[in-house]
Amino acid sequence: MSLRLYAAFIYVFLYAPIALIVFFSFNAGRYAMDWQGFSLDWYGRAFTNPIVTKALVTSLMIAGSTAVIATVVGTLCALGLERMRGWLRQLFDALIYVAIMVPGVVIGISTLIAFVTVFDAVNPALEAVGMARLQMGLWTVIAAHVLFNLAVVVLIIRARLAGMDRSLVEASEDLYATPFATFRQVVLPALLPSILAGFLLSFTFSFEDFIIAFFVAGPNTTLPIYVFSSIRRGVTPEINAIGTAVLLTSLALLMLAQFLLRARARAL
Amino acid sequence: MTKPAAIPDISFRGVSKRYGDVVAVDKVDLDLSKGSFVSLLGPSGCGKTTCLRMMAGFEQPSAGEVFIRGDNVTGVPAYRRPVNMVFQHYALFPHLNVADNVSYGLRQRSPRPPREGIAKAVDEALSMVRLSGYGARRIWELSGGQQQRVALARALINRPAVLLLDEPLAALDRKLRHDMQIELQNLQRNVGITFLLVTHDQEEALSMSDRVCIMKDGRLVQAGTPRELYDEPVNGYVADFVGKSNFFAGTAGQASDGLIKVALVDGMKTAGRASRSTAPPRQGDAVLVSVRPERIRLAAAERDLPNQIAFRAEAKVLNRIFLGEQTEYLVAHDRLGEFMVRSPRQGNQARAFEIGDRVAIGWPPDAALVLIKD
Ligand SMILES: Nc1ncnc2c1ncn2[C@@H]1O[C@H](COP(=O)(O)OP(=O)(O)OP(=O)(O)O)[C@@H](O)[C@H]1O
Ligand SMILES: [Mg+2]
Repeated sequence: MSLRLYAAFIYVFLYAPIALIVFFSFNAGRYAMDWQGFSLDWYGRAFTNPIVTKALVTSLMIAGSTAVIATVVGTLCALGLERMRGWLRQLFDALIYVAIMVPGVVIGISTLIAFVTVFDAVNPALEAVGMARLQMGLWTVIAAHVLFNLAVVVLIIRARLAGMDRSLVEASEDLYATPFATFRQVVLPALLPSILAGFLLSFTFSFEDFIIAFFVAGPNTTLPIYVFSSIRRGVTPEINAIGTAVLLTSLALLMLAQFLLRARARAL
Repeated sequence: MTKPAAIPDISFRGVSKRYGDVVAVDKVDLDLSKGSFVSLLGPSGCGKTTCLRMMAGFEQPSAGEVFIRGDNVTGVPAYRRPVNMVFQHYALFPHLNVADNVSYGLRQRSPRPPREGIAKAVDEALSMVRLSGYGARRIWELSGGQQQRVALARALINRPAVLLLDEPLAALDRKLRHDMQIELQNLQRNVGITFLLVTHDQEEALSMSDRVCIMKDGRLVQAGTPRELYDEPVNGYVADFVGKSNFFAGTAGQASDGLIKVALVDGMKTAGRASRSTAPPRQGDAVLVSVRPERIRLAAAERDLPNQIAFRAEAKVLNRIFLGEQTEYLVAHDRLGEFMVRSPRQGNQARAFEIGDRVAIGWPPDAALVLIKD
């Protein structure tokens, strides 16, 4: 009994702040925690605010590019690892797990240091030949995000490949399909839901990431960075509205990814 | 250019396959003649699947050569070999419906056959396995037996040189298994394609095939018609594996008039003939005398046994099983141990023996085969 109470307390503790944010995003009043009646005003304000829309576009561009790169490279990487044998494969497998377990702060700091070091090394040379200096920008955020999400995609695809029936591939080759034709007609269809799920997860993780972007975004503002910086001027219902929108989008994408992975597990 | 009909559909020449220290297949020579139904029979782990996979091209031999219709295909990958396989768990493509599964092989050809041609071939293949009208079904909507038939149609539509079947009936229940055995035989006769069936069920192998190849520890021990294997086994292993037999250990003695004398344990003597499938054992070899249960005669007393008898002794009936046409007796001899005897219901001595009866047993000289062990 007391355990249940304890569990209930933990859930309240975890989700009450989120529920409050969602609740007060519909507040008609001016102050965050002072309920004045229902309204969608703050959503309207938030998404007509040019700074917010610019941050949103930046975030979408980063998330979209990250998802595409992580999915394509991650899928190829998983397929390559599947063919590899011996200690090299174990090494790569271990590295993939490490990439997932490393905290965001560490990825942020270490990629920042790496970028700065590389910039310092190559920029004088670039200047000497009259080319533009390398600097922080969207691409540095994308690169850092890909680092993490690549590992997520590899894990998902590897799990699917491991669960795949080898004899399907053999049956296809037995029926005169070349290795490439077999990949296209048998392996790819089996992987497709997992690939899509990997894409959605990468998109979500990148879209909602604050920590890594904070380190390597340079002068650019993503949506989470905008939220963070405006909180210093006090929490307004506008922030609540943005937070709620991000939350709902992420949840929807995560649920879709989960559904795809589950549906696959049921089909085979 | 057409090749003479005498060229076998598949030949193995000294084929071996090693996995590290394990010798899965050991110097096998094998010919599958055109249009035959051949079984590969042997206990678990003897290398049957490995042989099949080397024919299909999923594995390449460590030594030796594989020929398909006279072409050396050693090293050629599976997708360029004109053979097809029915997998043990069918391996149907779950994301394709029945028709697309069946047409898969045709659709890989280049140039790809016209759509109507493919549809027609699929209809024919499905009706051949009695699944007309099932083309639009999903794979998981089919029963195990139906999936099996889809797998057959998917392979046969390509008119392969040889159809390879790896224990295709193992996953089916007893009744369905029997139906499929008959269906497979009929199918093979109708299409005239060479079938190679892997099984470890000797009854299945003997009842279905024109030829049976018996394997042991990676080696091909004997290949022949079911009758040859039963009547003329090369050694005790084959005699034991194919049908039931009684074995008595002994030492080969002199041979005369086609009969070999054998000294059994405890100083008893008998004689028997050598198998026609192999060279006769030499004097002094350790041998097994094999006598099939239906060749042993039972009588109330020794004088009731027929004259042409090479071995006679007294024994006691331990058990009796009524099998309809035949009665199976288990009898015990005090020195040679237990024998199994099968007597026809209407024998010369039209009476049955009871448990505990003293009986005389004996067999004619040509019923006893003198075989080396293995
Ligand atoms: N890929 C492999 N790697 C290592 N050893 C293998 C491999 N495939 C087969 N073997 C070994 O080769 C031997 C023959 O195996 P195979 O599968 O051909 O036997 P089988 O006659 O088909 O047996 P079963 O009736 O159980 O299917 C076995 O000892 C097996 O362990
Ligand atoms: Mg096997």
